[in-house]
Amino acid sequence: MTKYILNRLLIAIPTLIGITILIFLAMRVLPGDPLALIMSESAGSYVLSDEEVAAARASLGLDKPLYQQYLEWMAQVVRGDLGSSFWTKEPISALILRRGPITMQIALMAILFSWLIGVPIGMLSAMWRNSLFDYLARMGITLFIAVPSFWVGLLIILFTVLVFTWRPPLSIVQLWEDPLANLSMTLLPAFALGLGLAASQARMTRSSALEVLYEDYVRTARAKGLSDKLIVWRHVFRNALLPVITTSGLALGGLLGGAVSVERAFGVPGLGTLLVQALNDRDWMMIQNLVLLYGVIFAVINLLVDLSYAWFDPRIRYE
Amino acid sequence: MSSITVTEGAGSRTTDKTPAGGIRQVLRSIRRFVRSSPIGAVAATIWILLLLMAIFAPQLAPYDPQEADYGAIRQAPSAAHWLGADDLGRDILSRIIFGARITLLVSISSVLIGDLLGFLWGVASGYLGGRFDLISQRVLDVLISFPTLILALLLLVALGAGLTTVIIAIAVTRIPGATRVIRSVVLSVKENAYVEAARMVGVKPLWLMLRHIAPQCIAPLIVIATLNLGGAIFAEAALSFLGLGIPPPAPSWGNMLGGVLAASFKPSWWLVVFPGLAITVAVMAANLLGDALRDFLDPKLRQRLD
Repeated sequence: MTKYILNRLLIAIPTLIGITILIFLAMRVLPGDPLALIMSESAGSYVLSDEEVAAARASLGLDKPLYQQYLEWMAQVVRGDLGSSFWTKEPISALILRRGPITMQIALMAILFSWLIGVPIGMLSAMWRNSLFDYLARMGITLFIAVPSFWVGLLIILFTVLVFTWRPPLSIVQLWEDPLANLSMTLLPAFALGLGLAASQARMTRSSALEVLYEDYVRTARAKGLSDKLIVWRHVFRNALLPVITTSGLALGGLLGGAVSVERAFGVPGLGTLLVQALNDRDWMMIQNLVLLYGVIFAVINLLVDLSYAWFDPRIRYE
Repeated sequence: MSSITVTEGAGSRTTDKTPAGGIRQVLRSIRRFVRSSPIGAVAATIWILLLLMAIFAPQLAPYDPQEADYGAIRQAPSAAHWLGADDLGRDILSRIIFGARITLLVSISSVLIGDLLGFLWGVASGYLGGRFDLISQRVLDVLISFPTLILALLLLVALGAGLTTVIIAIAVTRIPGATRVIRSVVLSVKENAYVEAARMVGVKPLWLMLRHIAPQCIAPLIVIATLNLGGAIFAEAALSFLGLGIPPPAPSWGNMLGGVLAASFKPSWWLVVFPGLAITVAVMAANLLGDALRDFLDPKLRQRLD
């Protein structure tokens, strides 16, 4: 096990370095000069003088050779210094600490929703295979996998505005500050985000439960006279749930991406909204470090998922 | 005359070289597909209709999709505007019909480009193995380390927003998945005796890959591409909804949903409902068709994709 963990950790290092290189190249080399972008964007409203351009260039470190820029960026990131917004001068790490928890909370709640909805439906659908329930469940699954989560969000808002003339609040309230206000802001986005995932979890639970139902040990359990209830709880449920739990980790990464558009639909001031705003403002240090944050979080999640596979299923370690 | 009867007799089981025989063979496998999966056939029909709608958009659309009509601003669905009109009085139905052009163009071409690259990469990586495979795996790890939408956003920053760049950005997000599946197919195909035999008689690696390995991966490629269509439509919709994809005023199903619930207006349900329905129908049909093709062409693929 230790050897497997060490091996997997070693693989994670080049991945992380690769992430930083990809981001760096995308941000610097492809568009030419990020400052040119900033200038062309603001050309209509405000024109920078030559000295200001030179000063801005120096402050962003753009006058240095590329490899040096990259190394300096890395040195800053490793020290935990993420720089500050080009326009508002707010420190980026403070913005992340303020908005990150909201996005994380929405993503985690979405996963919780997907378990609460998806797993029971998938289990029942497998146990009552080819029943009316199974038929309806599979139709629902097919439908909800194909529905974009931000559109679900828009429909929810449309409904609450038209029926209750109520709009979700927009200010940042952390869960520990005012739980009620926080939940009234995060509950619906989490639901919109979790619905599609619930459908795919139901599908996965169903297929893995069907697989388990025909395993030898289930036949053995039945042969030795265990009750159906006990068989389902003890043998089927536990084993069918494994892939659901481990893939939830991977789903978390997808949810962080999906959360960008759902946050936008609801107007939730989370990390995704921050990123979209930064993209619109060409606030490139912010873009660079936010995308890095997403990449690192996702890479760490991938790592944890791999480790959890090995933890749950010892066969993997010896491959 | 006699030559046709000969080819018919000889070619009914193996490949039939005459054009008429080729068409007959295609028709026969289509009939087999329809019989094996009626749902898949319905899904395929929906996609054919969507494609026809996109191609004949100018003939089908009742209005110019970009023409503002200040008399019809935010008009609810009516006889004149079947699906209503938006905040510039533009006809929603016409915008959805023309939006199909952009949405289908983006999704189909990005899937073609991305999956074809993934196909070539997967075949090379799986067949060559060794250091090339190892480096490829690490590069793919990096690409997979971003949520799809974030990777597409990063590429759009680099390339700038626009039709071509959206296609490229989405295409890149399709590559890792396709490469991984194709690679795993190649790894098992490689073990076949006929590949070994071809190598023994001195077939060059490139020819071996193209002639003996790649054809075995065509069926998985078709299935992956179909299943990827839905994801590509999602990506286009989300990017354009965020205002970072297809720039307005040209309609795409995604950008039609941008700003529809701006706080200053009483929301108009038809602006929200119809473009989303279009997305859902197209994605659902693509997924169902992909599942049906998978079961039809290569049932073993199920384990690799799920």
